[in-house]
Amino acid sequence: MAWITLVVGLAATANLLPLRSPIDSDFSAISSWPDAAYWFGTDQLGRDIFARCVFGARISLAVGLLAPAFGLGVGISLGLAAGYFRGRTESIIVAVMDAILAFPGILVALAVTAYLGASTAILIFLLGVLTIPAFMRVARANALVFAQREFVLAARAMGATHWRVLRLEVLPNVIIPMLIYALLVVSRIIVVEGVLSFLGLSVPPPQPTWGNMIADGQGDLATSPYISFIPSALMFLTLLSINLIGERLRADVRGSAL
Amino acid sequence: MTEVPTAVLEVTDLATHFHTARGIVRAVDGVSFSIEPGQTLGIVGESGSGKSVLARTIIRILTRDGSATVTGRIALDGRDLLTLSETDMRDVRGKDIAMVFQNPMSSLNPVKRIGTQIGEVLTRHLGLRGRAAQIRSVELLASVGISLPAERLNHYPHQLSGGMRQRVAIAIAIACEPKLLIADEPTTALDVTIQAQILDLLRRQQRAHNMAMILISHDLGMVAAHTDLVGVMYAGQMVERAPTRSLFHGCHMPYTRALIRSAPKLSDPPHTRLRAISGGPPDMLQPAIGCRFGPRCDYATDMCRSYKPALSAADADGTHLYACWHPLVAGRILP
Amino acid sequence: MKPDELLSVENLSATYRLPHGRKLSAVANISFSIHKGETLGLVGESGCGKSTVGRSIMQLPPPTGGTVIFEGRDLASLGGEALRRARMRLHMIFQDPVSSLNPRRKVRDIVAEPMAIAGVVTAPERVRRVRIALAAVSLDPDRVMDRRPHEFSGGQCQRIAIARALIMEPQLVICDEPVSALDVSVRAQILNLLEDMKARYCLALLFISHDLAVVKNISDRVAVMYLGQFCELAPSARLYQAPLHPYTAALIAAIPVMDPDRRPAAPPLLAGELPSPMNPPSGCRFRTRCPRAAAHCEELEPAWREAEPGHFVACHFPLRPAR
Ligand SMILES: Nc1ncnc2c1ncn2[C@@H]1O[C@H](COP(=O)(O)OP(=O)(O)OP(=O)(O)O)[C@@H](O)[C@H]1O
Ligand SMILES: Nc1ncnc2c1ncn2[C@@H]1O[C@H](COP(=O)(O)OP(=O)(O)O)[C@@H](O)[C@H]1O
Ligand code: SF4
Ligand code: SF4
Ligand SMILES: [Mg+2]
Ligand SMILES: [Mg+2]
Repeated sequence: MAWITLVVGLAATANLLPLRSPIDSDFSAISSWPDAAYWFGTDQLGRDIFARCVFGARISLAVGLLAPAFGLGVGISLGLAAGYFRGRTESIIVAVMDAILAFPGILVALAVTAYLGASTAILIFLLGVLTIPAFMRVARANALVFAQREFVLAARAMGATHWRVLRLEVLPNVIIPMLIYALLVVSRIIVVEGVLSFLGLSVPPPQPTWGNMIADGQGDLATSPYISFIPSALMFLTLLSINLIGERLRADVRGSAL
Repeated sequence: MTEVPTAVLEVTDLATHFHTARGIVRAVDGVSFSIEPGQTLGIVGESGSGKSVLARTIIRILTRDGSATVTGRIALDGRDLLTLSETDMRDVRGKDIAMVFQNPMSSLNPVKRIGTQIGEVLTRHLGLRGRAAQIRSVELLASVGISLPAERLNHYPHQLSGGMRQRVAIAIAIACEPKLLIADEPTTALDVTIQAQILDLLRRQQRAHNMAMILISHDLGMVAAHTDLVGVMYAGQMVERAPTRSLFHGCHMPYTRALIRSAPKLSDPPHTRLRAISGGPPDMLQPAIGCRFGPRCDYATDMCRSYKPALSAADADGTHLYACWHPLVAGRILP
Repeated sequence: MKPDELLSVENLSATYRLPHGRKLSAVANISFSIHKGETLGLVGESGCGKSTVGRSIMQLPPPTGGTVIFEGRDLASLGGEALRRARMRLHMIFQDPVSSLNPRRKVRDIVAEPMAIAGVVTAPERVRRVRIALAAVSLDPDRVMDRRPHEFSGGQCQRIAIARALIMEPQLVICDEPVSALDVSVRAQILNLLEDMKARYCLALLFISHDLAVVKNISDRVAVMYLGQFCELAPSARLYQAPLHPYTAALIAAIPVMDPDRRPAAPPLLAGELPSPMNPPSGCRFRTRCPRAAAHCEELEPAWREAEPGHFVACHFPLRPAR
């Protein structure tokens, strides 16, 4: 938890912090091991790895958080509608989702980024769309359960509109399991973004991302392993803490449900 | 070595405590009773009073996570079940003591055919296999009133109605002619008409095999009609224990009377005001000091709030016991 | 429609569609009425269609046949807004008190919800009314308002549900097995509470239950249902004392009486189980279990008729000849 706060905090305030530029090189210190001046050392071009890590976190986290957020928003709306109204609404939504799933998603994303060039916004949108079907399914499954519960019938019996029932009765019950699931997706998307940038298909250099930093260090693993190792470790710790938070939330929810 | 040499089951000072994160739950706290062959002991009490835990303690199917500690003595034909190893206990379970649950779905395995499930019990405890097991299974199903028993052997539990499932559960329970049958609310999930059929079935089986039976229920009418003895539980303790007739004709513990009076009676005219027991069920984590019913009792005095009343005998032969400082003298239930 | 009739149900039918084009007739051709301030009990075995009757009256979903006239208006003909307005004078309480309250909302919001939906009264007024309603059901408003349902026992949850049902001062409350999930002692508290509320708000109740003793205690008149149809309807004292329909008699005989001297000696009157509602028996639906069934019962469906003043029955061979 503390780790996540730290990473997010650093990433959010990167511009305001007295950091060295993540792009400019210091040719006096090329591939220098971590020391007092360069906490995490420098890479082959003499760029400060600490600064690059912090700025790289911005991309990783922005993509990792915003893409699932986008998918969550759309997925929940569709899933609720499908699970609550059933019937034709459900059939249509499920059909559309199956169509999305049928696309080789990552390949399409690759093609689009290759064609349009990658920007953070495009990346978020593409990866976000890919998460919609999964969110929709989880939301629909939950909505199906809660729509059967008597409090939903009670609300309908009191004359509540469908919109009101969905918003006040069903959504609050669906949102908690959805958020837990979203955390899982966040860590998965961070990995996907890492892989994409490792392959050079994400935001183009010299803009740092954790993925392209790991890729940069690849050539010098023997002499300067820290160049790859530090961003890898950061990613690992971030994923680990996200998963731990998810675990905790799940346990809490289970506890309070009883 | 026992006071009543003929007793099948003799429970002495039994206590089951659960050690939970929030404290110790004294689900069963010092319960004693005995049952003779062919007798039925009814156990009544509000939800959470410890009826099911008592039953599960006797047959030793409490949670295995070590949160439960059991003390006291449970003697089945003179043998203390609490000292048996789990392996020995497994031989007792199903053979000497069987249990029927409220929800037959929870005791029947949903993915196994009825025939397989009965067969397993017959093989395990009686060594019957193949043809012999099948013939016995058909006999058992027929004896619990299932039509076309041979065909039913191939059915899965979900293909049967609730009443039929409970019949199958009973067939499995009586397969080895146990000495003791524990029925934990066997008809609560069923309709009145089916309920009457199941109780009738249980009684006939009991007569046929001279079984002792523990019938747990919160339906006092059912207990009045189908038991020989009644134990009334409150907050983990048995606060009154008596022959059924004696109890319903004159109980001595205010809680028993309150419980009996709170149920709507068919003989009363419509809109008769019910005499509800005030307050809610007791807090099992912090039961009241002294008499546990004290906070809800109309007759409670300082004595009740300070000292725990012991079980005392109301009659000369000591069959009617109650735990109360100010017992109801006339004990009249119906006003 | 007579002047003091609050609800009049004529030839109500409800059919559920099942997968593979099959149909299940859960309720068939039921007619009854409820007067102002009256309690009508509805009993029958599980699956006989009691809840479906309750929901059809609420138009959730609308019945597939027949009319439901409430306060002089046909609910089926009312669309959207008008129907929602009518529902405010009509309320429902459910069997599972815990499940009928949203676990994520606070008691104050749950109880205020009918007012919020209706869009009446100001926020402070709402809070005032919520406090009054909670106090009326013997809950301490200060202690319960800001808690969530899982912090309460079943009995307390049912009290909250009753407070919610009464906050708009409805004319009719449909209680679908409101005490079936409760313990004996709590059941008595809730039944007494319903009687008090009835007197206080001049309520009419449709009280659905499978427990005949409970229904007798609370009802003015009782209807007995079997496989989607009414068998008998009579003032409650009369029904229990002198039933006309063999099914009613069997149900009454099946209840264990709390008297150790009166033990059921004979095997139960009713053998067998409820046939599947998918293909109910021809003629009289009860004939497969009826001790008096004759060939006639198989061919002809018995008519619903008033055998004695106020005492309706559907049987060819009632237990007493019609006067
Ligand atoms: N595994 C457990 N861990 C902790 N407490 C438990 C456990 N099982 C039961 N209890 C507690 O023991 C008490 C008695 O429970 P029990 O199930 O015996 O009640 P009961 O009399 O059978 O009630 P009902 O009529 O609802 O079946 C309750 O307070 C319950 O919460
Ligand atoms: N939504 C539904 N879809 C299909 N069948 C249903 C549905 N609801 C109830 N039924 C069936 O209709 C019959 C009557 O049900 P119900 O009114 O709930 O009975 P009761 O309340 O008397 O127990 C039952 O056979 C039940 O299985
Ligand atoms: S001991 Fe006292 S408090 Fe307990 S039941 Fe008797 S009179 Fe009531
Ligand atoms: S009509 Fe015939 S079958 Fe039906 S209840 Fe009457 S006697 Fe029985
Ligand atoms: Mg129990
Ligand atoms: Mg129902």
